[in-house]
Amino acid sequence: MVYLTRVEHFNAAHRLYNPDWSEEQNDAVFGKCANANWHGHNFELFVTIKGQPDPQTGFIFDAKKLGAIIRERIVDKVDHRNLNLDVTFMMGKLCSIENFVIAIWKELEPTLPPQVQLHCLKLIETPRIYVEYYGE
Amino acid sequence: MSTRVAVYRKEHFNAAHRLFRSDWDEATNARVFGKCALPNYHGHNYELIVKVTGEVDPETGYVIDLKVLSDLIQQQVIERFDHRNLNLDTTEFARLNPTAENIAVVIHDLLRPHLSDQLDLQIRLYETPRNFVEYPA
Repeated sequence: MVYLTRVEHFNAAHRLYNPDWSEEQNDAVFGKCANANWHGHNFELFVTIKGQPDPQTGFIFDAKKLGAIIRERIVDKVDHRNLNLDVTFMMGKLCSIENFVIAIWKELEPTLPPQVQLHCLKLIETPRIYVEYYGE
Repeated sequence: MSTRVAVYRKEHFNAAHRLFRSDWDEATNARVFGKCALPNYHGHNYELIVKVTGEVDPETGYVIDLKVLSDLIQQQVIERFDHRNLNLDTTEFARLNPTAENIAVVIHDLLRPHLSDQLDLQIRLYETPRNFVEYPA
């Protein structure tokens, strides 16, 4: 089994805010991340698939095609956008990086060709903060 | 003999912004600034490198105490811009387009009055891992 990772990047604004809570409670839990006028990040998305190399091509899957799928399904919808306001697959969700990576999985996984097995998504929010999700 | 040395302090902040001019119409903003003009803002992890050049003080061995420089950057830059919307939450960019170029100049001008005239100051600002600016050039 070989694991192949394609890296894509985008930048976006967001805020962490629970509409069921008071302003004070949001401030207490989310601090500066609750700022009403948003803040933002440069995100890096690592998409790892797994499989056996095809004997004809040597590929698990063409990495260039994988990049095009990720850009079409995810990056084009989130790049230079406001995650809370502009991204349909984040509507009604708390825009934490944890929820974001799960939502990206749900958006991406069903659109992958049947021979492609998604193994892991790694989403980097800052040089010091990232999450990994294995679809579990 | 000159013992001028450059010392550097790296700091970081993240912020939302958009690039647009209120005196241009939407179509012109979209043509010039593209996705960066989208109305609901986007954002970046900014990495800031502050370079201070000067003579090594024979008493301390320092060009500048890097803890002092770090505290100065925190007070003047990070507390002002971190987790903020540069267009909406700051006075500096209320009427100035928050491009990386302009942000670097603003940061320079915020720090400069707090440093000795004997020290040179240069700002390098990364807006993304691939886009960065320096001021003075």
